[in-house]
Amino acid sequence: MTQTNALYHYCLRLGDDAVVLGHRLAEMCSRAPFLEEDLALANIALDYTGRAQLYFEYAAELEGKGRTGDDLVYRRAEREFYSHLLCEQPNTDFAYVIVRQFLFSAFDRFLLDDLCAGKDARLAEIAAKTLKETRYHLAHASDWMVRLGRGTAESNARMQHALDALWPYTGELFEMDDVDLQLLEQGIAADLHTIRSLWQTEVRQTLQRANLKQPPDGYMQTGSRKGIHSEHLGHILAEMQYLVRAYPEASW
Amino acid sequence: MDTQLDLWEVFVQSKPGQSYKHAGSVHASDKQMALQNARDVYTRRGEASGLWVVRAADIAASSLSDHDMLFDPANDKIYRHPTFYQVPAGAKNI
Repeated sequence: MTQTNALYHYCLRLGDDAVVLGHRLAEMCSRAPFLEEDLALANIALDYTGRAQLYFEYAAELEGKGRTGDDLVYRRAEREFYSHLLCEQPNTDFAYVIVRQFLFSAFDRFLLDDLCAGKDARLAEIAAKTLKETRYHLAHASDWMVRLGRGTAESNARMQHALDALWPYTGELFEMDDVDLQLLEQGIAADLHTIRSLWQTEVRQTLQRANLKQPPDGYMQTGSRKGIHSEHLGHILAEMQYLVRAYPEASW
Repeated sequence: MDTQLDLWEVFVQSKPGQSYKHAGSVHASDKQMALQNARDVYTRRGEASGLWVVRAADIAASSLSDHDMLFDPANDKIYRHPTFYQVPAGAKNI
């Protein structure tokens, strides 16, 4: 694999996480527990849309086949998406929304920190820009973790339930394949082994504060590095890509 | 039953050094949530350099029935307004 090709795949993965999680959060529009939180989640969704655009535009340039960033989002099939399985998990209830956001943002925060210092200038620039908003996402989600974890017996039980259900999707965040290893050697990609221990400390501390029990690291779900997904991604794409599939010539 | 959280009033500073202006209100259970909610509701397009939130219940407000007593006496006494001075020639400000 050439370095450009590896970087193309790397950007695609980052963009896919952003667009899929952003879509899930956008689904919460008008469904959050109250107006202020509704706007907060919509803001976060828009942050993800913004960064997805940056990653996909860069990926499209790297690919050099004349495709646009929009083409990459709207004209790829499910098996060509590399977003982490965690990002596509549904908004079962508010606890799921918050736990998913916390687990992902805690990872994202350290990932972007690392990419800021990377040797690819464009990627480092995107990371520096998005790290600021990610720190807010993490603060927002962490606050809710603690509030609901230490709230009532009901809120604690729901948070614990969501945490137990989503935990098996966290192992995949730290998988490294050829793309990662090749770019890591060039000083471009993040070292996910280092990030894993930072993430574990962050998560352990917040769960302690939130009075939640950390689930054991048992069987972990895997597949997204190869484009294999849970049943949810297809439904997301069906909705997201409907217009372009139905009206291929549409422009906006 | 009112299921909303407490009401907080939000004041936004649009540029460093400027005074904080009342922007509206949010619901929140504590200071931190009030600040986050205010940030998300009133500064979404980057129009702020600072935020104050204060619990609405903690604001002492004048009542409408006291309007005449409080504000009327000033209106009909034009000598209260500094408009009778001769401005010395050449003075830019007095």
